[in-house]
Parts: sequence; C-alpha cells; structure tokens
Amino acid sequence: MPTSPILIQAESVSREYRLGESVIRAVNEISLSVQKGEFLALLGSSGSGKSTLLSMLAGLDRPTSGAIRVQERNLSELDTEELARYRRDTVGMVFQSFNLLPRMTLQENVELPLRLAEVDRNERESRVHEALERVGLGARGQHRPSELSGGEQQRGALARALVNRPTILFADEPTGNLDSVNGEQILLLLREVQISLGMTILMVTHERPLAEKFANRIAVLSDGRLVSDGVQP
Amino acid sequence: MKTRDLSELAVRNLREAVLRNSLTTLGVAVGVASLVAMVSLGVGLQTLASQRLTRSGLFDAVFVTSQRNFPGARRPQSADATPKKEVRILDEDIRAQLAKLANVTEVYPQVRFVTEVRYAGKNPTTSVLGLPDSSKSSGAFEGITGAYFSSATADEAILQIEFAKELADQPATLIGKDLVLRYAERGALSKNAAGNSSLLGGLMGGASPGISIVPREKTLRIVGIIESDPSAGIGGFGGGRVFLPLETAERLHVAQPGDLQTFLNGDAAKPSYMALTVRVRSPKDVPQVETAIKQLGFSTFSLLDATKGLQVVFRVFDLFLGLFGSLALTVASLGIINTLVMAILERRREIGILKALGATDRDVRSLFFAEAGAMGLFGGFFGVALGWLIGQALNWGTAIYLHRQDLPGVKISYVPWWLALFAIGVALVVSLVAGLYPAARAARLNPVEALRYE
Repeated sequence: MPTSPILIQAESVSREYRLGESVIRAVNEISLSVQKGEFLALLGSSGSGKSTLLSMLAGLDRPTSGAIRVQERNLSELDTEELARYRRDTVGMVFQSFNLLPRMTLQENVELPLRLAEVDRNERESRVHEALERVGLGARGQHRPSELSGGEQQRGALARALVNRPTILFADEPTGNLDSVNGEQILLLLREVQISLGMTILMVTHERPLAEKFANRIAVLSDGRLVSDGVQP
Repeated sequence: MKTRDLSELAVRNLREAVLRNSLTTLGVAVGVASLVAMVSLGVGLQTLASQRLTRSGLFDAVFVTSQRNFPGARRPQSADATPKKEVRILDEDIRAQLAKLANVTEVYPQVRFVTEVRYAGKNPTTSVLGLPDSSKSSGAFEGITGAYFSSATADEAILQIEFAKELADQPATLIGKDLVLRYAERGALSKNAAGNSSLLGGLMGGASPGISIVPREKTLRIVGIIESDPSAGIGGFGGGRVFLPLETAERLHVAQPGDLQTFLNGDAAKPSYMALTVRVRSPKDVPQVETAIKQLGFSTFSLLDATKGLQVVFRVFDLFLGLFGSLALTVASLGIINTLVMAILERRREIGILKALGATDRDVRSLFFAEAGAMGLFGGFFGVALGWLIGQALNWGTAIYLHRQDLPGVKISYVPWWLALFAIGVALVVSLVAGLYPAARAARLNPVEALRYE
C-alpha cells in the first residue's frame, strides 16, 4: 500500500483536569499521526483517555499542552469560531448514545449540519436523501428517533455525520449501545464509507475483536498514555 | 445559520415546551396589555378632552374686538405718548374681509340680548343668544330633546331646560309650540327724519342721521330643549337660555349697547359689532390667523396657551400611566429569563450536539435570542389585542354607567396605531434584553461537558 499524506498530527498532547486540589492528567504526552484514508481504532479500557484524545482531535476540546495539526492547521491556535467551522466542515461525529435530537424527524436531524453550514435549501433535500440512502434508511426519514431501533438510530447518526461530506469521521464507541449484529453492521458501514469515499476514520472502542476485524490500525491507550500503535495485517 | 433556519428552529423549540412557553408568552402579553390599557386610557381621555374643548370653540376661535372698545382703564391714553392711530370699526366689510383670511372657516358676531318672552300668559325676562352654523357640530347639542334648527334662517328657538321648566311643567310638551319675543329694534333714520323725530339726532344738531328704537315682537317655533348649558367662554355658546339661529337673531336688529357709540362716531346707517368670533380650521392655525387680524388693526384674544398647558398635563399623565403599565412588563421579562435559563438546563445536551455538529457560539446565542424574541413578538401581538379588549371593556362599562345617569356615552380608551406598534416594539426589546443573559450562558457551554449531560 503506497504511503498516504499525513492528515492528523498530534505532538506531545496532554489534557489535565483540575478536581479540587488535585490535577488529573487524562491524556499524557501522546504523539500520534494519522494518514489520509486510514481507519484507526483507539483501544483502551474505561478511563484510559481515549475519548478525551478523540474530543481534542475532533476540535471539541483543547489540549492543555502540545499541538494538534490537521491539514497543516494547528487546532490550538484556532479561535472558538474557527474551531466550530473546523467541526462543521472537516469533521463528522458519531457518538455512543446516537445523540439524535428527539423532537426532530430523522430527516431533520440529518439536515441540521447543512442548516449550520448554510447550504442552499434546494440542495439540502438531495443531500439528505443521499446520506439516508447510503445507510439504508431512505424510507425512514419522517420517523422520529423514538420510532427507530438502536441500530437504525446509529445509522441515522452516521448519515448526519456524513451529510456535510467531511474529511475525517470520528466515532466515539459507536457500537457501545448496540447488540453485536447491529454493531457489526455499523462497522461494516464505516468500512464501506472509508473505502468508497476515501474517508479517514478514527474510532474509539473498548471492543478489541471489532477493532481487529475492521480497523487498519490499532492504537492502545492506558492511563492516558499511548502504549502500542500498530498497523493491522 | 441563516435567519430563516434560525426562526424555524426557534419556533420549533418553542412548540416543544408548549405549555411553559405559552405561559411565559402569556406573561409578556399581560404585561403588554397592561401597558396598552393604561396608555390607551390616557390617550382616550386626552382625545376626549381635546375633542370636547375643540367642539366648545375655546381653542379654534379667535375673539376679535375693535381697539377702541378696550382702551385699558389703568393706562389712560396719553395724547403725546404715541401718534394717534385711526381706530378701525368692526363692521360688515371687516367681517367679510376676515372671512376671506386663510384657514378661517366662519366669522360671526355675538348676538346676545336680554328680553321678554311671552308664552301662555307668562312673560319672563331672559337672555337670548344667536347660534352660528358651527354650533350644530359642536357637541353642545348632543343630548337635545326635539331637533336642531331646520335652517340657518328659520324662525325657531331652542330652550335651555331650566328656562323651559319656567314655561311648562312638562318641558317636552313645549316642542312644536310658539313663543313670542319682545325686543327693541334699532333702525337708522333718514336725514330728513333725523331732524324732526330723533331725539339723538336733535342733540347732534341734525348734522348726522339718527337712529330709531322701536319695540317689536317675533314669534318663534320651539324645536328643541337642551338639558346641559352649552359650554361658556370666548367664542362659546354658553350663557343663553333661549337660542335662535344667528342669521335670524341678526335680522331682528336688536338694539345693542354699542349702538350708541356707533351713532356718536357718526355712521349710524352702517351697523357695527362689539366683537366678532373668528373660527379657524384647527387650533394650530390660531397664531397665524391672530397675526393677520392684528395686522388689520384689531385686538385679538385666544386660549391657545391654555391648550399647550393642557397638553403638558396630559403628557405627564401618559408618562405615569405608561410607567405603571411597564411594571407588569418588567415582571414578564423576569419570566422570560426564567424560562430560557430552565431551557438551557434542559437542553444542555442539545446545545452540546449542535456545537459538535459545527454550531458556533453565535449560532447558539442567536437561537436563544430568537426564541426570546419570538416570545416577545407573540406576546406583543397578543398583548395589544388583550389591551384593546380591556379598553373596549372600559368603554363599554363607562357607556353603561353614563347611560344609567342619562348621559351620552363617551369613548375613554383609544388605541392608536402608534401605540400598538410601540407596545409590540417594547415587548420585543424587553424580551431580547431578557434573553441576553440566557443566550450568552448557552453560547458559553463547553461542548464536551454539555454532551456528557444526561
């Protein structure tokens, strides 16, 4: 496989939280680079710092020290407005608890990033339809999240993450609330997206078998440190 | 986010917590309604007072006198102080000239005399007043029993109720009956007659024609009875107990106190007036007309300054009513703050999701701002409608009360278009100000913490 350009570069990234008098270092001097089109699984037990690292790479949080460069931009140097635009235009996110807005239909949920990006109304409909078709929910657009199964909700969330055509997809425990069949389905979809769209995917999980089955590369975290980083055969 | 998308999301969010948001909006509406009701009451009372005063002829009239009539008792005229100007007399020619001035609607003399009235064997003495055409629309005759004069030259009379009671126990029975006026008619004598028969002419050595004073009678049909005395004052129609059309009264040529002075000034054939009332199109035309009349060499008097004083009083009155009304709106704004702060707590996760999807702080702030604004706008519209209804209820209640007192109904509350717009504007501004803090707080939320919130 030819070497792809580096898309994400984390350099000695740390994140500390102050809890009363004590300081907790959730992420401790992690350096990591991700190539374009890679499917990287961040593996680790609960409290290992993998979700915190993912939040910083996705532009939801800022490191206490170190630098994160995405497409040559240092996220630490971006102001709040620029960081929001980074999340809107470059990043798509899928969460463990789906995070669809319960009072909106699936179609409206998927349309939300397009509203934020001020995409033309005429274009929105076709893009929402395309995203829902990709995840196999073309006929469920008018349903509210409460009317969908867990697997369908997560596929809906994936459609929402893809609708703005991001460069990187971040998935935080996307199978955490799903049974094994639905979990595998979601990961198959992620894999399909990675291959067909050439998308870079960073997934946090604690399920090693799934990570080994679907990711190209696995980075293991423990106590906020990167303990292993290896390409899958 | 585009304004249209923002508005759609805001309205959708408001619809989700429909009960709470409706109650908050209702709070704004009640605040606006109290403001509208209070100010509309002030405006209504001011309009009512202005209309009444305007109709009374006090403020759209200029009272004109010849400068010779009031030389000023305390300041005796000095022969060498100022060059003696020719004193102009208020006569028919001047009356016609005044009527042609810009913005003048009517010029009429005050024809008022005390005379004897005969009816069914009774002959009381009373004051008679001639009424100009404009008196019909003055509102002074709103509660009339019977009718107003059929024409400006009709031989008809309207009686004041107290006087009517002197003539008959049941005043209403007088309508359609005739009464007789006995009065002294003034006439001009020819030069020949003056030398022989006029005492005054004789005294003047026959140099000028004299005047004759002859007793006359005039039969008038009673057409109406009014219960209240029409408002008195400069240019007003008060003070009379028997009213006739002005032209009818003028045609009687009743001898007036000024006739002697006119005669002594040498032109008895040409009648003159003690004073003329000049009515103008609106009170704002008074200063210009007054200046024009003064330039013609006459003295003028108007009550315009009194109107200005009255306006100040009403403005202060409005201000106080508005302040009281605004108190409820202030309380309502606290309701908006409370609702939105609660909404932030409840929708913390939603704010986190929006931020994760790329919403900027400004997007989140604008969304909460739009929701506050929408509550203010809906509350404003609803409040204006509610305030108008309260005003209508006040009008209705007042009308019933006045009807029971046998008085004509009046409109005490009035919502002008500017008040409706102002109230909606105030509701919107107050809501937006109330939304400032919650919107800023929502925008500041850390997305990671917000997403963790269950």
